[in-house]
Amino acid sequence: MTAQSISASARIKGGAVGSSIWSRAWENHAPGYLFLLPWFIGFFGLTIGPIITSLYLSFTHFDLLTAPRWAGLDNYIRMFTNDRNFVASMRVTMFFVIFSVPLKLAFALGVALLLNRGMRGLPLYRALFYLPSLLGASVAIAILWRQIFAGDGLVNQFLALFGIVGPSWISNPNYSLWTLIVLSIWQFGSPMIIFLAGLRSIPQDMYEAASLEGASKWRVFWKITLPMLTPVVFFNAIIQTIEGFKSFTPAFIISGGTGSPINSTLFYTLYLYNEAFSFFRMGYASALAWVLLAIVAVFTAFSFFTSKFWVHYDD
Amino acid sequence: MSTSVVLNQAVKRYGEVEVIHGIDLNIDPGEFTVFVGPSGCGKSTLLRMIAGLEPISGGDLLIDGARMNEVPAAKRGIAMVFQSYALYPHMSVYQNLAFGLETAKVPKAEIQQRVAQAAEILRIEPLLKRKPKQLSGGQRQRVAIGRAIVREPKIFLFDEPLSNLDAELRVQMRVEIAKLHKDLGNTMIYVTHDQVEAMTMADKIVVLQAGIIEQVGAPLDLYNNPKNRFVAGFIGSPKMNFLDATVQGSDAAGAKLRAGGSDIVVQRKIATGDKVTFGVRPEHIALSEAAGVKLAEVKVDLVEQLGGQTMVYATTDDSQPLIIAVDGQRQVDLGSRLTTYVDPARYHVFGADGRAI
Ligand SMILES: Nc1ncnc2c1ncn2[C@@H]1O[C@H](COP(=O)(O)OP(=O)(O)OP(=O)(O)O)[C@@H](O)[C@H]1O
Ligand SMILES: [Mg+2]
Repeated sequence: MTAQSISASARIKGGAVGSSIWSRAWENHAPGYLFLLPWFIGFFGLTIGPIITSLYLSFTHFDLLTAPRWAGLDNYIRMFTNDRNFVASMRVTMFFVIFSVPLKLAFALGVALLLNRGMRGLPLYRALFYLPSLLGASVAIAILWRQIFAGDGLVNQFLALFGIVGPSWISNPNYSLWTLIVLSIWQFGSPMIIFLAGLRSIPQDMYEAASLEGASKWRVFWKITLPMLTPVVFFNAIIQTIEGFKSFTPAFIISGGTGSPINSTLFYTLYLYNEAFSFFRMGYASALAWVLLAIVAVFTAFSFFTSKFWVHYDD
Repeated sequence: MSTSVVLNQAVKRYGEVEVIHGIDLNIDPGEFTVFVGPSGCGKSTLLRMIAGLEPISGGDLLIDGARMNEVPAAKRGIAMVFQSYALYPHMSVYQNLAFGLETAKVPKAEIQQRVAQAAEILRIEPLLKRKPKQLSGGQRQRVAIGRAIVREPKIFLFDEPLSNLDAELRVQMRVEIAKLHKDLGNTMIYVTHDQVEAMTMADKIVVLQAGIIEQVGAPLDLYNNPKNRFVAGFIGSPKMNFLDATVQGSDAAGAKLRAGGSDIVVQRKIATGDKVTFGVRPEHIALSEAAGVKLAEVKVDLVEQLGGQTMVYATTDDSQPLIIAVDGQRQVDLGSRLTTYVDPARYHVFGADGRAI
């Protein structure tokens, strides 16, 4: 067959089935779309579908058993005018994010700087330090954490050696949130790995030039290392902040799902979860979820806006 | 006012591996010295030892007579220009130039004045507010040099500073660096593997190979009197021709060599039967008898017309390649046979060990 006759027969075939773009696309790429099908099902059925549904539900009252009743903006109005728990959970989550993210990043950067000095057994240390990140958000670790910080837990047993009687860290509202912040900092592995990669990519002769000019380690860190690392800092900050807003498991396990004591660990996500699955207020929970999304989006947009002023991209 | 640099039996080892094998070198005050040699011969390593970026494993480094082995880089009074420029990408050109002075806690007014002065010398004043990524390669190179100038060092070190530039810019910057040297009068050490750069810029060339010095001397000294076959081949462009030769006989008048399929008498004392190398630069071969003694009959393989010069690539009767550079535009036919002649004062003979005889 000549090239001409092939294209002619293709045209006839295409014309016979239908002339819309879609049917022609299907005609030409059917096997490709079939291979994509599992992903399409997952994406539309399990991701996009629920997202759109939750947006709709956020404008309804819905208890899972009876059909949703249209509520207009009721849920949102109640959230912003008449819900002390919303305010409390927002405050807890903000506190958590504001303290855990910078501390975690600082800690991750500090360890990365130590490891970057090129010590023996670096791969081993890297793996060991990364381990908590893999385990950290799991139920098992949260339970372990509860044991460690309980009234008769490891921390207090250790303190007892020095004659100090420690409080029950997790059931004292003054400390309970801080134990969760410490747990979060302990999972510094993944930002650390990224920092380490960033440090490795700073050209060595930059440091050599600085050392010829007599710059101290301190000055080199602040004037060269840190500025050149800002793209990585920025990336880590965004990712960790989103993680922080989404944080759920540790608070759920440690407080037994209640946000106790006296709402001191009532994370936003925990509150949302309770509204949905303890009190079956699906409509309200959906509205909470959308507000969280909006907050994270605003935060991220703001970060990108400020990045112009402090993130240095080379070339 | 200028500064001398002396190396005594300088050695560099990386673990077990010795890469610089006991180098002795005197660099006089104000001299422009060029380290040249093939890739991996240790030029950068030697320069970095002087800079203080690499510890010296053995021997001494003296700057103005004072031993500097243990003195930190910043206290040696040197400034270095890197091949990669090593500009700080997040700082403006001004900040790049000022960084070292700020580190040294120089008063602000003086920093401004010194930066302005360096910028004027290098004609980068309009660029001071820009970031390095907004500069061309040549401009970055100027900034890198400016960063060295503002510190008013005793010694300037350059590690292949022009190798990232295109050919035209390289020639231009070469001239500018040479002029800078003339104006400032500092001691400068310059690393390159480009022998043309070495020839044109240097007061003194140090030819290195595999961690040892092959020869030290003024450019023309190396060109005219290479001590060995390596230097003869490395200095000069196009490269010197080398013909394998055997000594047929020798008497008071000289030795008779069999080279390139014909006989030539050289005024050297060599034992009969020795294997030697006969060396002659392409530009010292002529096609007319007036030029000197007969060298060999050759067959022409390729001709390059460069305009001012005609390059003839030929083969001798015993199949050794011979390159001939003839002045002017000469019509030479491919495949034709030529008789070549050489000026007796301008050929070289190297023994089996590579040393000049
Ligand atoms: N950190 C190191 N560890 C081990 N060997 C090294 C190290 N740095 C350099 N060398 C070796 O030392 C020798 C000299 O290297 P150097 O960089 O000085 O060469 P160079 O003359 O500057 O070459 P080029 O022209 O390619 O820059 C090389 O054989 C190189 O492999
Ligand atoms: Mg080098």
